[in-house]
Amino acid sequence: MTALNSYRAGPDERGHFGIFGGRYVAETLMPLILEVERAYTAAKADPSFQKELDYYLEHYVGRPSPLWFAQRLTDELGGAKIYLKRDELNHTGSHKINNTMGQILLARRMGKKRIIAETGAGQHGVATATVCALFGMPCVVYMGATDIERQAPNVFRMKMLGAEVRPVTSGTGTLKDAMNDALRDWVANVTDTYYIIGTVAGPHPYPAMVRDFQSVIGVEARAQILKAEGRLPDKLVACIGGGSNAMGLFHPFLDDRDVAMDAVEAAGLGLDTGKHAASLQGGKPGVLHGNRTFLLMDGDGQITEAHSISAGLDYPGIGPEHAWLHDIKRVNYVAATDEDAVEGFKLLSRTEGILPALEPAHALAHVARIAPKMAKDKIIVMNLCGRGDKDIFALAERLGVKL
Amino acid sequence: MSRLAGTFARLKQEGRAGLVTYVMANDPDAATAQKIVDGLPDAGADVIELGLPFSDPMADGPAIQAAALRALANGGSTKATFELLRNFRKKNTATPVVLMGYYNPIYIYGAERFCKDAAAAGADGLIVVDLPPEEDEELRPYAKAAGLDLVRLATPTTDDKRLPTVLEGASGFLYYVAVLGVTGTKSAAATDVQAAVARIKRHTQLPVAVGFGIKTPEGAAAIAKHADAAVVGSALVQIVADTKTDPVTPMHKLVRELAAAVRGAKQGAAA
Ligand SMILES: Cc1ncc(COP(=O)(O)O)c(C=O)c1O
Repeated sequence: MTALNSYRAGPDERGHFGIFGGRYVAETLMPLILEVERAYTAAKADPSFQKELDYYLEHYVGRPSPLWFAQRLTDELGGAKIYLKRDELNHTGSHKINNTMGQILLARRMGKKRIIAETGAGQHGVATATVCALFGMPCVVYMGATDIERQAPNVFRMKMLGAEVRPVTSGTGTLKDAMNDALRDWVANVTDTYYIIGTVAGPHPYPAMVRDFQSVIGVEARAQILKAEGRLPDKLVACIGGGSNAMGLFHPFLDDRDVAMDAVEAAGLGLDTGKHAASLQGGKPGVLHGNRTFLLMDGDGQITEAHSISAGLDYPGIGPEHAWLHDIKRVNYVAATDEDAVEGFKLLSRTEGILPALEPAHALAHVARIAPKMAKDKIIVMNLCGRGDKDIFALAERLGVKL
Repeated sequence: MSRLAGTFARLKQEGRAGLVTYVMANDPDAATAQKIVDGLPDAGADVIELGLPFSDPMADGPAIQAAALRALANGGSTKATFELLRNFRKKNTATPVVLMGYYNPIYIYGAERFCKDAAAAGADGLIVVDLPPEEDEELRPYAKAAGLDLVRLATPTTDDKRLPTVLEGASGFLYYVAVLGVTGTKSAAATDVQAAVARIKRHTQLPVAVGFGIKTPEGAAAIAKHADAAVVGSALVQIVADTKTDPVTPMHKLVRELAAAVRGAKQGAAA
């Protein structure tokens, strides 16, 4: 990126954000990726596509989601005013459906007949299975065998929605392997199948496309905070798995230089234990799943396993645009441990009557750390990107409660 | 003339197709893999593809995925692969060896250093599965400087419009992936392969090797009728998974059968 008068201009025409991004895929997929790019570019320029998407977002997903001033949480922490962008109120309970709705409309435009997806926590799988049910399309979701175990409620939901959940036992049986198997499926079914990637990763145009679909979060939040406070916030906070909910909130604000942004990676048992999912803070640049980005790996370039209490953050990579925003220091990347997240979960449940998903519970843990140190007239907007219903079993087990 | 060019020129002179065998470095361990690779030329392999183990082989089916994990569990690495190759070159200086793998381990080793060390160890070419022409300028100059051929892949989705992009800067041979799918799953129909090779030959002088899904001597012969070489990988690698004690003997036996079938293919076609 040479012309740096905007942070929002990327990627370049070949999908690069600085040295990150790109299209590192096998030749079989290359023509398909180029086809997706052409189709998405055309759809983006077509007002009827945006109109159709807006219709479904409003009447089916339930947008706009509220921006909630969390008075009791603010009082308890005793510092900055905390607003929560309530994407957990979306149909299916997370931000993931903003993206799956956009992509399935694109798949339909392209005449594709079959949908595949990867999922970690199961939220993206559920959001994909949901839009497939809505449009009557067959859906196959790849999910790591380990994740199937810890996210049983979402597996059941996907099945009820008519999706086939294929357990992935290759590699480490987690999200990265689910993505490998989804890519393998796509290579074998190139003519009729569309792959709905669930985060701002994968080969170009996915990181940019998923960001665009998720940017509805930031666009709404910007208008809502201007209405509520008459000014922009001082800080945005979001959790990072692959980075889609964070990109969605951040992107519309990137050129507002006075708005600081903190993205929270999962520190698992701690950044110094080796058992975490903090690719930016604990990894280095490499190439996986179609793009160059920060990855967790060993000295030989073998990808290592991520660890987090939250299956949705348990990915050894991060979207390439985040890698770039990290490099140019526009966004500040921090971390919260499993234990911090559990505390964040309890805090929000108790003060605001909202059970957050374990993913945004990481963001809450960070808010709880910084808000008390900020003046009372400062404003934080945090992306509450998912609700905690799916996590109650895992949490109960951790808290030693038998359900 | 490079070893690859020399080999394909000789095959042409002999009026036959070649056999390209893919095996994974360090699978199941360094010593056994060494014996496997060392014996491939005598068993009839014309070109050796040596797999660089990677944790996340997206374009490979279950057989090669498992091979990579076995190799990594027993000390497999880029360095160990070079070591295997160096040992092989102490005994054999004739048979071309092409390293085949994914980009991340190469990127982490350092693209320039990788090419230098690979060439010094005795490699003749590279196939990097997830580095399409659009991205490979970060490797190509170093490969060229080290005298390594950069072998490109074409697939049934590579249409006439895209073929020139794939062929630009390709050298050694063109690897035609005959099926839509990962390694070791589907098999290609010989008629489709015949048409595809003819199409590619309209665009390039490079020899065309055809692989993915060739499992038996009969399958290899059918492909060898139409291609400059047939590539067999998963079927060989599977032998390591299937034999508890000594994979070396059955592996070389299958290679001998494949080589006999491939050698007979064109004569069979002419007769
Ligand atoms: C509620 C929720 N938040 C966050 C994530 C992480 O994804 P991303 O970083 O792309 O938003 C997930 C993934 O499953 C999720 O379910």
